[in-house]
Amino acid sequence: MSETTYTPESGDVEALEFHVTEDHHPETGTLLGFWLYLMSDCLIFACLFATYGVLGRSYAGGPTGAELFDLPLVAINTSFLLLSSITYGFAMLETQRKRVGATIGWLAVTGLLGVAFLGLELYEFAHLLNEGAGPQRSAFLTSFFALVGTHGLHVLFGIIWLVVLVVQLRKHGLIVENQRRLFCLSMFWHFLDVVWIGVFTFVYLMGVLP
Amino acid sequence: MVVMSPSGDVAMQQRDLILWATGLMLIVIVPVIIMTLMFAWRYRASNRDAEYSPDWDHSTMLELVIWAVPLLIIIALGAITWVSTHKLDPYRPLDRIDASRPVPEGTEPLVVQVVSLEWKWLFFYPEQGIATVNELAAPVDRPIRFEITSHSNMNSFYIPALAGQIYSMAGMETKLHGVINEPGVYDGFSANYSGAGFSHMRFHFHGLETEADFEDWVEKVRDDGGELSRASYKQLAEPSQKEPVRYYADVDPGLYDAILNRCVDPGTVCMKDMMDHHGSAHTNDHDEHHDHGSHGN
Amino acid sequence: MLEQLDLTQLIFGRLSWDAIPLHDPVIVATFVVVAIGGAALLGALTYYRVWGYLWKEWFTSIDHKKIGIMYMVLGLVMLLRGFADAIMMRIQQAWAFGDATGYLPPDHYDQIFTAHGVIMIFFVAMPLITGIMNYIIPLQIGARDVAFPFLNNFSFWMTASGAALVMASLFIGEFAKTGWLAYPPLSGIMESPGVGVDYYLWALQIAGVGTLLSGINLLVTIVKMRAPGMNLMKMPVFTWTSLCTNVLIVAAFPVLTAVLGMLLLDRYLGTAFFTNDLGGNVMMYINLIWIWGHPEVYILILPAFGIFSEVVSTYSGKRLFGYASMVYATVVITVLSYMVWLHHFFTMGSGASVNSFFGITTMIISIPTGAKIFNWLFTMYRGRIRFEVPMLWTIGFIITFVIGGMTGVLLAVPPADFVLHNSLFLVAHFHNVIIGGVLFGLFAGITYWYPKAFGYKLDPFWGKMSFWFWTIGFYFAFMPLYVLGLMGVTRRMSQFEEDAAMQFWFQVAAFGAFLIALGILFFIVQLVVSHRRRDQLRDTTGDPWDGRTLEWATSSPPPQYNFAFTPRVHDLDAWWQMKQHKYRRPEQGFKAIHMPKNTAAGIILAGISTVLGFALVWHMWLLAGVSFAALLAVAIGHTFNYDRDYHIPAEEVERVEAERTRMLASHV
Repeated sequence: MSETTYTPESGDVEALEFHVTEDHHPETGTLLGFWLYLMSDCLIFACLFATYGVLGRSYAGGPTGAELFDLPLVAINTSFLLLSSITYGFAMLETQRKRVGATIGWLAVTGLLGVAFLGLELYEFAHLLNEGAGPQRSAFLTSFFALVGTHGLHVLFGIIWLVVLVVQLRKHGLIVENQRRLFCLSMFWHFLDVVWIGVFTFVYLMGVLP
Repeated sequence: MVVMSPSGDVAMQQRDLILWATGLMLIVIVPVIIMTLMFAWRYRASNRDAEYSPDWDHSTMLELVIWAVPLLIIIALGAITWVSTHKLDPYRPLDRIDASRPVPEGTEPLVVQVVSLEWKWLFFYPEQGIATVNELAAPVDRPIRFEITSHSNMNSFYIPALAGQIYSMAGMETKLHGVINEPGVYDGFSANYSGAGFSHMRFHFHGLETEADFEDWVEKVRDDGGELSRASYKQLAEPSQKEPVRYYADVDPGLYDAILNRCVDPGTVCMKDMMDHHGSAHTNDHDEHHDHGSHGN
Repeated sequence: MLEQLDLTQLIFGRLSWDAIPLHDPVIVATFVVVAIGGAALLGALTYYRVWGYLWKEWFTSIDHKKIGIMYMVLGLVMLLRGFADAIMMRIQQAWAFGDATGYLPPDHYDQIFTAHGVIMIFFVAMPLITGIMNYIIPLQIGARDVAFPFLNNFSFWMTASGAALVMASLFIGEFAKTGWLAYPPLSGIMESPGVGVDYYLWALQIAGVGTLLSGINLLVTIVKMRAPGMNLMKMPVFTWTSLCTNVLIVAAFPVLTAVLGMLLLDRYLGTAFFTNDLGGNVMMYINLIWIWGHPEVYILILPAFGIFSEVVSTYSGKRLFGYASMVYATVVITVLSYMVWLHHFFTMGSGASVNSFFGITTMIISIPTGAKIFNWLFTMYRGRIRFEVPMLWTIGFIITFVIGGMTGVLLAVPPADFVLHNSLFLVAHFHNVIIGGVLFGLFAGITYWYPKAFGYKLDPFWGKMSFWFWTIGFYFAFMPLYVLGLMGVTRRMSQFEEDAAMQFWFQVAAFGAFLIALGILFFIVQLVVSHRRRDQLRDTTGDPWDGRTLEWATSSPPPQYNFAFTPRVHDLDAWWQMKQHKYRRPEQGFKAIHMPKNTAAGIILAGISTVLGFALVWHMWLLAGVSFAALLAVAIGHTFNYDRDYHIPAEEVERVEAERTRMLASHV
């Protein structure tokens, strides 16, 4: 058994400072925290994707994706959401130029595109329900509605947040807190975009394949 | 302790595995416990004779040993695990009756189809054309193949003296192979909680000395048995507790398959006929090697 | 007439007077005791006029130390409930043989073992672990609070809200009768149409929000707020294990949220995730819940490992042996904990290769765990061990835990698991590691840091009594379960066939549970006695155990701002090094300190969540709608509050620090 004896870092004893005399402010962790939240949300989507992967072909004698999905409609819807990410990007650029009005303007465009996306999604859902292809019909439809619906709820939440933020921007302008919030919402919005690309690919595109 | 002194070859091998694994681990567990007590005593604060090195916190040699010893044991145990898990895979047909006797060429296993109900067990003997509730019998030294499903809740089919357990799940089929080596009456039960009547979801497994005894038992079931149709199955499937032993001589031949495919009710579409193309539940082609019931679906 | 009926339904849902379980004398008696106790407590609080104080100083506090203590109180109160369930089960099982059916019908017994599991994991172990992390982490890393103080308060109240729903189910309606993980189809709407499973689901969803947010919060705290100089490899081991635990929380709890959410949809909207028919798949549930469930085990045990590391090194008066390998072992365990979940259901019929893969990954975890045990042993080696109560818990832990680890590896061998799965052997195993590991660790931690939080040590005599009764009681209570498991006895049974040999072991186990009851009692006695003797037990130094890490550098209890000056770290044992270097704490030059303000938003939001959960359980759609709208409104309203912080003036800091200077002087 060999052994080594540890001696604390030798050196000039007096030279070691054991406290900070100036005012110490750790950097803010909001963005990291929000990013962690997004990753945890991502896991929820991962579970829903996995469930869709397992149940997605359990039609229980009911309709299949190929029979139900209206790909052009979904493609239009996808473009709404992708466009809204770009317009959010414009809003962020305006933020950096410290232009409150333009920021709010682009946010409004983003919100409207979000609303359009939700509207089309609801139209699609209503159409499916009308055809008797509701979430109770089969495990495939259950997992489809759960995945797409959860995404839709996130978009709805994002829109509510966006409206609140616009009010706060009008009230307080581009103060540090509001900039931070704008940045968080932008991460959230782009995140939903990324998730939607997954949904579009795995659910719709692969769903209409034979 | 039935798990430590079972009467079937599979359970016996599982017992041996427990003993081997425990023995291997004790190689490290015992010294750790002794060292804990020894160090605690020797280096107590009041013992001023003991060496004290407050800054000693590293030794490459020692740390190598610390990581290597558990690693070596786990390598050994891992190898045992890999081999024994494949050998004792419940889906694998037996190749031996006990440690000294292989299964004779051309022996077909006895097939029993098992359905867990609330809260009783239904056993089909497809070759004999009979069925029983809460009683199971098999001749000694004859391999048995269980095909297991459930009416609704998940249960676990377990006869500790015979072999390990496996879950029973609705719409799916699991399999278990075993052989009983000593005649006797053994306990069987559900080992997975399934609701209010679970405590009494028990049955007796009769290990019968000879094939003739088994034939006698089959005859007895035929003589005393009633009819098991889809209608009487529906009645039987109603939740009930402490159900007595029942015999059925006249059994609807497609019933087990219908239960498995969830189409006992007239007019319901069987799972195997739906478009649900990857349900393994519909495979009843008795292919033990690849048909692990609970994989897909 | 019809309209009136509908209105009642809209308001009360399926709640009616029948939901009060007056037919069950055991529950009625419990209710009477709880009601009298509750009334007495509320009466006393009102009489002594402490409501305002509690509200201002505690309930709305965003001070991590106070929130930590509230978590501990919640955990300890729920421990009493969870243990009451345990002892009821032990009595029933020791009694109900042959014709004797015991005193608990299956209907009640099944709720009790479900509640016991749920409460002990979610509302005892989790709050206690989170509480200790909350209190200690900022102090150990030299920070003034956590990263998101308001979120911290909110997280606590969400956990408390979940606990409140579980407690409500005791007297209004019923709790789940499904076992603590509520496997479908048993937990589906067909087999469990009652409110029990709904209580379970909403309680866990609400508490889960708290757990997740607290995980994010502590993670950011550790990553962003360490004192200057404290790089990752100079972080105290408890902080390290907490970091890994919070990584696990953030990466595992969303899975629980998702899978419980799907079960909720099945139950409320009639979807087909986990149904027997329409293509649903119960195995998906079982896989997903264990993908959360296995990391959860490590979420609980890793902080306990951290506590033992701090305790061993402090009371051995030695640097921790093998710090680096301790850290690597923790990280390895964290990663591996995601690769073993299938070992919880080897018996579901996976192929041999899948089973052996998961069996072997499980065994591999024992390598870093073994390394940790040896590191603790060699920390004791050539140390100068003081057998204070936390050290006793640690030695009790090492011996108990290795036995539990051994039986755990045994269960990881799939063919062995086939005969031991779901048996009392399994029950003995996980109590062996959870009590011997997590609970012993928590008791060690509570005794170790109690003087830091309250300014006086805990009375060692009663601490030792508690330790010995717990430990001996544990062996009496759980070793018989190993034997029973080998006798082929399955868990969750409320009645047995006549069998004298079997009954004997159950009676021994019941005796053990009684000893543990005394262990709990003596722990409470210890708290009371210590409070009464607090002047003799007073810690004026802030460093009663000759500690090594930063939390001992400040006073006991620490001032609101923890450190008047942020410490600068040069060594792993930062405070030990400061003492070696004869560090003199500054007595002047204080500056105003920037701190977050208290807020009531957390408790209000959680309170509304409780109402919402209750309304959803009972299908009170009107109340559910109203409370959901209120939740949204309050949450949005809270974001309009930009005035969230203030400064503690320099004079105030100076006054507090001068007080400490006097205290330190009085000690010498």
